[in-house]
Amino acid sequence: MTITLSRRDFMKASAAIGGGLALEFWFPVAAKAAGGVSSTEVNAWVVIHPDDRVVIRIARSEMGQGSYTALAQLVAEELDCDWAKVSAEFASPNEHIRRKRIWGSMSTGGSMGIRGSQDYVRKAGASAREMLVAAAAAQWQVPANECSVDKGVITHVLSGRKLRYGQVAGAAAKLTPPSDVKLRDSKDWKIAGKSMHRLDIPDKVLGKPVFGVDVALPGMLHASIAQCPVFGGKVKSLDARIAEKMRGVKKVLREENFIAVIADSWWRADQALNKIVVEWDVGAHGNASNETIAAMFREGLADPKLPQARKLGDTDAALASAAKVVEAEYQSPYLNHATMEPQTCTAWFKPDGFLEVWTSTQNGEASLAVAAETAGLPQEKVEVHKMMLGGGFGRRGGSQDFVRQGVTIAKSMPGVPVKLMWSRQEDMQHGFYRPASMVRMKGGLDAQGKLVALHTRIACPSILAVLMPEAPLKDGIDFSAVRSFNDAPYEIPNQQVDYARRNGHVPVGFWRAPGQQNAFYRECFIDELASAAGKDPLDFRLAMLRAGDKNRLVLEAVAKAAAWGSPMPPGLHRGLASIDGFGSYTAMVVELSVSAKGVAKVHRVIVAIDSGYVVNPDTCRAQAESNVVYGLSAVFQQENNVRNGRIVESNFHNFRLMPLPDMPKVETVLVPTGGFWGGHGEPAILGIAPAVCNAIFAATGKRIRSLPLKHHDLRKA
Amino acid sequence: MLKLNVNGRSHTVDVEPEMPLLWVLRDHLNLRGTKYGCGMSLCGACTVHIDGVAVESCSLPVSEAVGKKILTIEGLAKRDLHPIQAAWIEHEVPQCGYCQTGMIMSAAALLDKKPRPTDDDIDAAMTNLCRCGTYARVKKAIHAAAEMRALPGAARKGTAS
Ligand code: FES
Ligand code: FES
Repeated sequence: MTITLSRRDFMKASAAIGGGLALEFWFPVAAKAAGGVSSTEVNAWVVIHPDDRVVIRIARSEMGQGSYTALAQLVAEELDCDWAKVSAEFASPNEHIRRKRIWGSMSTGGSMGIRGSQDYVRKAGASAREMLVAAAAAQWQVPANECSVDKGVITHVLSGRKLRYGQVAGAAAKLTPPSDVKLRDSKDWKIAGKSMHRLDIPDKVLGKPVFGVDVALPGMLHASIAQCPVFGGKVKSLDARIAEKMRGVKKVLREENFIAVIADSWWRADQALNKIVVEWDVGAHGNASNETIAAMFREGLADPKLPQARKLGDTDAALASAAKVVEAEYQSPYLNHATMEPQTCTAWFKPDGFLEVWTSTQNGEASLAVAAETAGLPQEKVEVHKMMLGGGFGRRGGSQDFVRQGVTIAKSMPGVPVKLMWSRQEDMQHGFYRPASMVRMKGGLDAQGKLVALHTRIACPSILAVLMPEAPLKDGIDFSAVRSFNDAPYEIPNQQVDYARRNGHVPVGFWRAPGQQNAFYRECFIDELASAAGKDPLDFRLAMLRAGDKNRLVLEAVAKAAAWGSPMPPGLHRGLASIDGFGSYTAMVVELSVSAKGVAKVHRVIVAIDSGYVVNPDTCRAQAESNVVYGLSAVFQQENNVRNGRIVESNFHNFRLMPLPDMPKVETVLVPTGGFWGGHGEPAILGIAPAVCNAIFAATGKRIRSLPLKHHDLRKA
Repeated sequence: MLKLNVNGRSHTVDVEPEMPLLWVLRDHLNLRGTKYGCGMSLCGACTVHIDGVAVESCSLPVSEAVGKKILTIEGLAKRDLHPIQAAWIEHEVPQCGYCQTGMIMSAAALLDKKPRPTDDDIDAAMTNLCRCGTYARVKKAIHAAAEMRALPGAARKGTAS
């Protein structure tokens, strides 16, 4: 059974039961074989139709970041096809497994979508182009190097004969791919490097059902779920007598650590779920709270025998002889991803022994593995349909809990497709949170105000310990917990970074730019040191960066764009941060005001980014805007508190997202210097917390050492 | 049995009168462009028009929509795209897109009320939340759509295919 066949099954089912509204469904793939003329797969990435339409396969997920389009641009650039005829489709995870992982990585995180696949997708485009040209040349019996290509039309230059890609695709597919291809210099790009309109947007503005929660299948049922509110707890007993009798309810499912109701609409399932009286065995963590977690971190910070994530020189000696020593303790709370689309998974155990899964996933291959394992089926007998994600931000990659649940639920109803969707409350209270953490920093300045020593102690949960417990960690050090300190670019002769891995019971995960809380700590503390040294924050940083350091270049770019050092209009204040990560270098200036009542308002954010290359400038700017908003929501409002072992917040009234009126002007300065490939999905969030807090210091004289800001009195000191 | 008028077509649904309109649209009428985000009138992902007014359908019992004109994202584009949709494409507003159908319905209702909205009008009317942070482009695209609509016979990009 191949996926092509199973897709056709659905088409048939849809037509048979009468079409129209009731059975409409939609796949994020190009229609196969329109008009009975079939398309040709020139290679795994490039499919060409006889009418020259080009379908480019995309292995990474689309969650708003735009790589669905940007990856297609990279392939199309080397393929030399007509961009107006390009569409994209997701590569099938099932086919990926059967064809020995032919599409490379399907994982979509770490801002890796472009930088992690640019080399092989460009080569796939270039290779297909060569094969198409070779096929045309063979037909004309001329050497291939006498042919040129423009927008998918091959011309034999001497004779003026022409063939279109659609005419030679079939012959090209039969040729042996070239062993090596030359990639185009970015200065010659015609499709890549341009702000092409995104391929996914037209469907999204029409409200086409493109997301995981939009799946609809013949006879499909709906499920709502409740997990033990205390992480790690289990179901002890339940009374579902009322729920079972409610309208539309088909089944109440009890599993070890969750209960679910399956009904004929999601609302009915959810209503019934709320009528179930459950007793939970909360396990060992029923008393955990913010206080016990803070105590755990403090104990970690006091541990005399911590592993070191960095050791340069002798910080103890340098601090002892420093002219001035500055010390500070900083902390941050847990944070939920709050993807606008809650977690969801549709699964269907089909009568032929095949399992089909539809989900919003950041890693189709990981979803397939979890689905197969949960179902007890070989991976070849499982297909995962990758849907558009209503946001990802790291929630839907490493943690595939929703797939495990969706498959478990559907397994209880063989032959019937069941769509699981979490309620917002469930989503808020069962995330894989941005780690809460606490750090102590000690910096030593010499008599000239130069930073000579920096000793950082970090108490922070390890994300890998939760999501990949088998991953080998050297000395137990998780990079995401120590980043920005263990790889700080500043030339400080004596540096030591100690790591106290303290996990607690709250599950932690990759939250947009994992480890970004360290950027807040480091860049605010650097500001504290600059002010203790009596230096301008920009000069203080520049003095610690070697000539040619890319951090220096973006700092200079942002300083220029923001006219750093020039007088500000009354009431406005600036803050600065410089930080690299996810392959890119960023620097940020925030301009804000603080009213007499202590209300801070961000007016303008200027961010400079060097990502080496830029594939779609407009998308890169959109990502900078997105990171600013995601970051500002966290800085001003968000926290997930722990009480009685559970998350306190339950919806957007107590976990607030920044609203439209608070949107500052965002100016993105793209300064790609070439020679390396950096990401865009995350880097621009790194500077936002420190730049805001440094501006608040400029405005009020108050140092902010914990977030969110809503707990601080910002009236002038 | 309840009779509903959705996007100019009449439908009969056999559901509880207290079922929120959102779920009638999504699970019973298969109009899945309208989204669930919070279920508590906090996010606007579920915004539809009821007699021309933007309403959060997650909190509206379906019985209260009987006898009224319900317009969802699926019915917004007529022969051409609605100017808001055209401007949304032109200015690349959506990122993940999940909040955008609600965003578009709110913006369309705003333009009906205020053909040339000011920034303050937009701030007041657009209470929809977007986790992807598309707000700057939402604002820009609303102004662009207002301009587009003010020009008689202005070319509208795209089609409602
Ligand atoms: S789902 Fe209706 S306002 Fe959020
Ligand atoms: S575009 Fe993703 S939530 Fe708004």
